[in-house]
Amino acid sequence: MLEIKNVTKIFNKGTVNEKVALDDFSLTLEDGDFVTVIGGNGSGKSTMMNAIAGVWPVDEGKIVIDGIDVTKLPEHKRAKYLGRVFQDPMTGTAATMGIEENLALAKRRGKNRSLKTGITKKEREEYKELLKSLDLSLEERMTSKVGLLSGGQRQALTLLMATLQKPKVLLLDEHTAALDPKTAAKVLETTEKIVNRDKLTTLMITHNMRDAIVHGNRLIMLKDGHIILDIRGEEKKKLTVEDLLHKFEAASGEEFLSDQAILG
Amino acid sequence: MNFLNLLNALPGAVAQGLIWGIAAIGIYITFRILDIADLTVDGSLGTGGAVCIMMMLSGHNVYVSMLVATLAGMAAGLVTGLFHTFMGIPAILAGILTQFGLYSINLKIMGKANQAIGADKYDLLVALRYVKNVPFYKNTIFVVSVVVIILIAILYWFFGTEMGCALRATGCNSNMSRAQGINTNFSKVLGLMISNGLVGLSGALLCQYQGFADINMGRGAIVIGLAAVIIGEAIFGKIFKNFGLKLLAAVLGSILYYFVVQTVIWLGIDTDLLKLLSAVVVGIFLAVPYWKAKYFTKSSAKKGGKAHA
Repeated sequence: MLEIKNVTKIFNKGTVNEKVALDDFSLTLEDGDFVTVIGGNGSGKSTMMNAIAGVWPVDEGKIVIDGIDVTKLPEHKRAKYLGRVFQDPMTGTAATMGIEENLALAKRRGKNRSLKTGITKKEREEYKELLKSLDLSLEERMTSKVGLLSGGQRQALTLLMATLQKPKVLLLDEHTAALDPKTAAKVLETTEKIVNRDKLTTLMITHNMRDAIVHGNRLIMLKDGHIILDIRGEEKKKLTVEDLLHKFEAASGEEFLSDQAILG
Repeated sequence: MNFLNLLNALPGAVAQGLIWGIAAIGIYITFRILDIADLTVDGSLGTGGAVCIMMMLSGHNVYVSMLVATLAGMAAGLVTGLFHTFMGIPAILAGILTQFGLYSINLKIMGKANQAIGADKYDLLVALRYVKNVPFYKNTIFVVSVVVIILIAILYWFFGTEMGCALRATGCNSNMSRAQGINTNFSKVLGLMISNGLVGLSGALLCQYQGFADINMGRGAIVIGLAAVIIGEAIFGKIFKNFGLKLLAAVLGSILYYFVVQTVIWLGIDTDLLKLLSAVVVGIFLAVPYWKAKYFTKSSAKKGGKAHA
């Protein structure tokens, strides 16, 4: 379970560039919830993700994961509870290290890193099986440097790394935005498969309304650091892109000006 | 210009190159693995030398003295690491601050600008006179080679451990590392400590080899170390893929650097110009990957254009 309680985050406080990115923001995810997040540029989507991940401290409010108050924990300590996949495929993996080495790093998330060997034989076998499930033939390239992989392969690998240790919350920050449509669909399919298999509590930002509607059991829309739409259950199942646009206009009083979000 | 003179000078160049090679390994760790240009080394090399020589002059065993010199180097790395991580100072400036402060510390350790030590009165591990006409086990080239092999073996093991992998990941992608629960600040401090420990050890060997420690002995150490690293990569990069061999390449690069220095001296070029020459060579080598990316990746496209015209 994830609880964001009255979180406020202001960038460049006290300057002309002051920007209230999250404004008294609250959101609660129940165990097993798969929430999709949409919203325009600067609506606070990524700020919300970074606040949960602890990239920087928030100004006000509390973040609780599974009953544990993580508000004061630094990023690397919160990592114990979180699996993260980023928009830029370069961000989620270490390019100069091998595929198996990256997986081994992820396997030790939240654990003490001692002077024991960085990757054991037994792990290698385990990773081989897991990579097979991605169906990208990566199991034949276990020692290849991740820098040699394509964007889609890297995102699939990052997804595997994020879920290797079952996370309390899986954070997906537009993780298919940088991929071509075919690859994006494949990565999303893998996402769906892993989330369902492990019954992961998931928060997925997307700029694609269709994806936001098709996936998950709840959809929220952000604007100016607030949730302006919150659709779940049966209502979400029946939702269409047009409905969503109308709802957005009604909720915000303006048109949703992004062709990419509608068509993409 | 007698060619024999050059040949005679070569064993000395090998010995000096090997000793500096240990510093080069340290610089490889910060520059290539942690992706930090650590200028602390200009000070910590002298610290290693100063600590070693003062301890030996006050009657301590050579091995104990070298160990303490290594620890002193590590302490210097710790200071830079804390400047960088705890105080948020950019890495390059953190190194400059430590190096600057170490000048005073090194002076205080030695009590004056230089201290000499003789191979007659003290039981040195390496020395200028141990390069020729001594049994092989006493030969400086042999002794330092053994030290280098042991160090590479230890580092090879360490960078394969969980902690070592975390350190490599930190240098490669610190965002990803934190997302995977790695304390990147700890990794950086640890890397700087290991690196400067090696540089301190190199200084400890160097002061014995040349018979004195000097307040300026570390000046330009970062440039010499970088020269060694990039010469090693330029020559052995294509064939040395294994991590241990990459460290070895830095040592071989260091030896080659001192070969070149000896040749330059033999050619009768003004040695005052040596540092300028080193700086220019390192500058050009560092520019090569940038130029390659900027001017040579487009060349295939240009050719395509010509064919069309």
